[in-house]
Amino acid sequence: MDLNFLDFEQPIAELEAKIEELRYVGDDSELNISDEITRLQAKSKTLTKSIFSKLSPWQVAQLARHPQRPYTLDYIEAICTDFQELHGDRMYSDDPAIVGGLARIEDRPVMIIGHQKGRDVKSRVLRNYGMPKPEGYRKALRLMKMAEKFNLPIVTLIDTPGAYPGVGAEERGQSEAIARNLLVMSRLAVPIVSLVIGEGGSGGALAIGVGDRLLMLQYGVYSVISPEGCASILWNNASKAETAAEAMGITAEKLQKLGLVDQVLPEPLGGAHRDPEGMADVIKNALISHIDALSLQSKDQLQSAREARLASFGRFEEV
Amino acid sequence: MSWFEKILPSRISPESRRSSRSVPEGIWQKCPICGAQLYRAELERNMFVCPKCSHHMRINSRQRLGYFLDPNTGREIAGNLSPRDPLKFKDSKKYKDRIIEAQKKTGEKDALIVMTGLLKGQPVVVCAFEFSYMGGSMGSVVGEKFSRAAKHARDNRMPLICFAASGGARMQEALFSLLQMTKTSVALATLSEAGVPYISVLTDPTTGGVSASLAMLGDINVGEPRALIGFAGPRVIQQTVRETLPEGFQRSEFLLEHGAIDLIIDRRNMRDELASLLGKLTKQAAPAPAG
Repeated sequence: MDLNFLDFEQPIAELEAKIEELRYVGDDSELNISDEITRLQAKSKTLTKSIFSKLSPWQVAQLARHPQRPYTLDYIEAICTDFQELHGDRMYSDDPAIVGGLARIEDRPVMIIGHQKGRDVKSRVLRNYGMPKPEGYRKALRLMKMAEKFNLPIVTLIDTPGAYPGVGAEERGQSEAIARNLLVMSRLAVPIVSLVIGEGGSGGALAIGVGDRLLMLQYGVYSVISPEGCASILWNNASKAETAAEAMGITAEKLQKLGLVDQVLPEPLGGAHRDPEGMADVIKNALISHIDALSLQSKDQLQSAREARLASFGRFEEV
Repeated sequence: MSWFEKILPSRISPESRRSSRSVPEGIWQKCPICGAQLYRAELERNMFVCPKCSHHMRINSRQRLGYFLDPNTGREIAGNLSPRDPLKFKDSKKYKDRIIEAQKKTGEKDALIVMTGLLKGQPVVVCAFEFSYMGGSMGSVVGEKFSRAAKHARDNRMPLICFAASGGARMQEALFSLLQMTKTSVALATLSEAGVPYISVLTDPTTGGVSASLAMLGDINVGEPRALIGFAGPRVIQQTVRETLPEGFQRSEFLLEHGAIDLIIDRRNMRDELASLLGKLTKQAAPAPAG
C-alpha cells in the first residue's frame, strides 16, 4: 500500500506503479511497450475519473487533508512573484502555523496570508499541524492592518484543522484573538478575498476568512467542527465521522448550493496534488479577477457590500 | 425504601435516591459546590447565588433579565424568530425534533432572548443566552437576534449588554452557525463605530464560537465569579496536551489574571456595577447618594 495515496486512490496507485515499472523496463529492453503504457495511462485516467466522480463528503475531507496536497507556501511560490515573508505579532512571538507577507500577483502588490502545514515530521511539528495560536491570528491582523494603511488588497489561504487547543493558547486569549480578527476584518477598507485550499476548520479558519469573497477549491472542506469532533459529540463515537461529514454538508459543492461560497475552483483530475501548477494557474486567474473587480469599488461601497454580505448569512423563520 | 435506609440520616442516604429526587421543583435545593441545603425561596431572593459559599448557579435567560432590568420595564424584541433546519440534519435524533424538545423544555423559540428596558432608569438593550436550550448554542436565530439587538442599540443610542452562556456554535446548522460569528461581529463593529457602549458579561459556561466572537468583544468584558470561559473545552485541551490542567484553569479569575476580562462582578451587584460603568461611559450625571 502506497501511503501517499488514500484508501480510495489505491487502485489508481497500483496502475500508476505498473506504468512506472513498464517505463523502467522500457528503458533497457528492446521490446516496444509504449503502446501498453499508453493503454494503461488511458485506463488510469478513466479509473480516476470514475472514482472522483462519486466521492463521498468524507472522501473529500480526506482529500482536503491529503499529505501530498499543495500548501499555502507552495501556492504562494507558484502564484506570486517577489514574496517577502513578514514575521511576528509584536507582542509575544511568531507563529509558524500562519505565514504572511508582501508579494505581487502579476505585478499587483498584495498582502497574502495563509495557514501553513508541514510536510515531514519535523516541519509538521514546527507548523503545529497548521493549528494557529493567538500570536498567529494577531500577526495576521497586524499584516492586514498594514495592508489597509497602504491600500493593498488582502488574499487569505485557508488550510487548518482548527485553532490550537492548548493551555498556552488559552492563557494568551485564543477567543479574543479570533474574535478581534472577525471584528476588524469585517470593516477593513481594502478588498479581502479568501480561498479554502484544504481544510477549513471552524473558528481557526474563519479568523482569517472574513471578507468580500469566499472561494473554495473543489476538494476543500469548510465546517463548524471537524467531522471527527462532531461525531464524538453528537454520536458519542468518533468513528462516525463519515456520517457526520455527510450530515454537516462540508464540501465546496454543497456550500455553494447553500449560498455560502461565492465560487468553487475546479481541481485537476485526481485533485490539486496531481497537477499543482495547473491548480495554481486556476487560482491565480480567479484571484486576479476578484481583486481587480473589488479594487474598482470605493471604500464605502466595499464596506457596505461586505456588511450586507456578512449579515445575510443564516436561515430562520419569522412567525 | 427499606427499613435500613429509613433509619439512615438523610445526608448519607444512597446516592441514587438522592439524585432521582427532582431538585428544582422542591422547596429545598442543594448547592452543587458546598453541598448546603438551601431554602429555594431564599435562594431565589439571592439570585441563585449560594449564601454559604457564593457559588453562582446557572439561571435561565428570563430570570436573568428579570433580575437585571428595572421591574416591569422589559420589552422583548425579535421574539418572533424561530429556527429552521436548512441541512435536514440528523444525528441520533433529527434536528427538527431536538428543536421541538428544546422549545418544550424551555418555553423559548431559540437560545437567545433580547429585551429593551431600563437599568436604573437608563434605557438599554439586553441579550441573555438560554443555556438549557441546546447548550445555549448559536445558530441562525441567535445570530440574527443578536444582530438586531446591536442594530437597535445603535439606532437608538442605547448601550448594549449581553449575558453569554453558551457551548459555542450549533453543529446542527453547520457552516450557517459558524458564520453567525462573523455576522454578530460586524454588527458589533458598526455599533462600536457609532460610539455606543457594549458590555459583555461572560457567565458559566461561555466557550467555543460564542466566546470567540461576540462574548469577547465588549468594550468592557465582565466575568461572573468562577464561570468557565474559554475557546476549547477543558476536555479537548486535556486530550491534546495530555497533562493535568492548572488549578482554576479557564475560570473567570484565571482570565482576569491573564488579562482577558476587565473585572469580575458578583451577580448580586451586577445592576449597580454595570449602571455605574455605563453612567460614566455615556457621561450621565452622577447618581445622587442614597439616603
